[in-house]
Amino acid sequence: MEPIIRHTGVGVPLRASNVDTDQIIPAVYLKRITRTGFEDALFSAWRRDPEFVLNQPAYSAGSVLVAGPDFGTGSSREHAVWALKDYGFRVVVASRFADIFRGNSGKQGLLTAEVEQAEVERLWKELETVPGAEVEVDLESRMVRCGAVEAPFAIDDYTRWRLMEGHDDISLTLTAEQDIVDYEASRAAFKPTTLPART
Amino acid sequence: MSRPLTLAEKVWRDHVVAPGVEKDGQRSPDLLYIDLHLVHEVTSPQAFEGLRLAGRPVRRPDLTIATEDHNTPTLEIDKPIADPVSRKQVDTLRDNAEEFGVRLHSLGDDDQGIVHVVGPQLGLTQPGMTVVCGDSHTSTHGAFGALALGIGTSEVEHVLATQTLPLNPFKTMAITVEGTLKPGVSSKDIILAVIAKIGTGGGQGYVLEYRGSAIEQLSMDARMTICNMSIEAGARAGMIAPDETTFDYVKDRPHAPQGADWDAAVEYWRSLRTDEGAEFDTEVVIDADALEPHVTWGTNPGQGVGLGESVPWPQDFADPGDRDSAERALRYMDLEPGTPMRDIRVDTVFLGSCTNSRMEDLRAAAGLIRGREKDPEVRMIVVPGSQKVRLQAEAEGLDQVFKDFGAEWRFAGCSMCLGMNPDQLAEGERCASTSNRNFEGRQGKGGRTHLVSPVVAAATAIRGTLSAPSDVLAAHPA
Repeated sequence: MEPIIRHTGVGVPLRASNVDTDQIIPAVYLKRITRTGFEDALFSAWRRDPEFVLNQPAYSAGSVLVAGPDFGTGSSREHAVWALKDYGFRVVVASRFADIFRGNSGKQGLLTAEVEQAEVERLWKELETVPGAEVEVDLESRMVRCGAVEAPFAIDDYTRWRLMEGHDDISLTLTAEQDIVDYEASRAAFKPTTLPART
Repeated sequence: MSRPLTLAEKVWRDHVVAPGVEKDGQRSPDLLYIDLHLVHEVTSPQAFEGLRLAGRPVRRPDLTIATEDHNTPTLEIDKPIADPVSRKQVDTLRDNAEEFGVRLHSLGDDDQGIVHVVGPQLGLTQPGMTVVCGDSHTSTHGAFGALALGIGTSEVEHVLATQTLPLNPFKTMAITVEGTLKPGVSSKDIILAVIAKIGTGGGQGYVLEYRGSAIEQLSMDARMTICNMSIEAGARAGMIAPDETTFDYVKDRPHAPQGADWDAAVEYWRSLRTDEGAEFDTEVVIDADALEPHVTWGTNPGQGVGLGESVPWPQDFADPGDRDSAERALRYMDLEPGTPMRDIRVDTVFLGSCTNSRMEDLRAAAGLIRGREKDPEVRMIVVPGSQKVRLQAEAEGLDQVFKDFGAEWRFAGCSMCLGMNPDQLAEGERCASTSNRNFEGRQGKGGRTHLVSPVVAAATAIRGTLSAPSDVLAAHPA
């Protein structure tokens, strides 16, 4: 995973709360078996509207999405994160994220920066006044900056460390192999197994 | 004596493989062991591909089980899947299951069905377990007192490779439901009322524990409906303490413990109840006696009201975000504020999904429609949650009740809950649906969804407008 310490890119104001993962990527795109190439799927229903923010040239190359509260609710589809990343987003800024979406983002190197809603409003205003303005997101100091707006953001320490180091989870876990083996030896005999199959 | 613990904390404690480590003021997550990993075709192909690329095996195929559900057709299941992309995804699961030694229940198999219906039905879901699946409705299994988490594809790969998951601690919320449900009010109405009360983000960071006399009176099927939609309140998981109802359900199922193992298991399961004096981070109380059948008017599951109420006025919402969201929702749903919910006419009724497709759901709906006539303008689709449910329903003659009524009786799968197979709403079509999400376009591009319980779905199919069972009993004697 590519480390992310600081990112600067065009900010995209998405004035919508409760942006669920069905909106980020509709189910029809989940039939693919690849892990990349989902850029066309991102917000595909909303992108049919010529007024939609990503259809405006100033924002179309955006890499920092600034959205309303409860971003990423609903389905656990990690494709939502892949679609955002494939489109070119590296950061989503919002005042609240759905848990599964936030977890998926951390694993794929998409930074979810939790900022007070009042600051989100100021960022929206700034990005709408100056379309194409850049947002700087600094994971080191946990700050978001755009024009005159400067706001701290929250992210848990462990995810921050992993993002900054670019660690992948499986290799980290496999360093605890002996702990896993020991735990398996202590599991209760009554726990079910799927094999051999009984029906 | 150690401090009193909640149910969720006990299950967590009993699965810690390696506790998180404190370093430079940062704490890494606990590493938890996963007892059961459920797999389906949509969120697994990239995970298996990851294993292949890294040369890793599935660590515990004997704790893993797969089924085909999201893409599968519910008609003509003996023919190849028509959509080549769906077929490819299902074929990929078959190849992966074969290559990695994972048990798979394919289309046409008697144990095929929605992953969250199949696990409990086989007795693989048991109290006190950790259960994961690359599907947010994994929370369903919490009805057994299991800690059941929906995960993303990277986590699916992680569990396949290691049978563990690094997890950050959660907060706990008690949702106490006291009293007795009125006739015609069901567990679906409880959970819709909970979501309307705490909001779609109200559960974020929490594991919910549903408790109280109204919950204790519910069957396992009804409890699964409640836990299933915990995710719609934003929660990490939902749980209900195991009791005699739970043990009776699990006993004698194919993978239930037997003999001395059964006794040992029950003794352990009894110890899982939240201790006297354990503290929850948040507590919410719901009065079961006051609940009415609940329906949604908007495009998220929190946008709902009692069936006796009307479509709300956006300006009545104090929060500007909620107001915008309501305006947008009403535009999408093509509804006028002030319209009584009972006046809303639907085109389609969908009875199915991992929320409401079990025997009790089908029996309740069939009980209401038996001997009554369907509104001729309404189409009704009934999709059992699993092939076993379908077979049982047929053994009880319910399929005939549905067919006589004019409903379509289908094969098992996720179907119109999310329209990944051909079962979709047309643009502008309005549906009373027993599923879990009323998001824009969820059931088909431009489709409009009202979430309802199985008996409200049945009453609506009879009357053509959103209706309670009591409306039917009054006006349409069988």
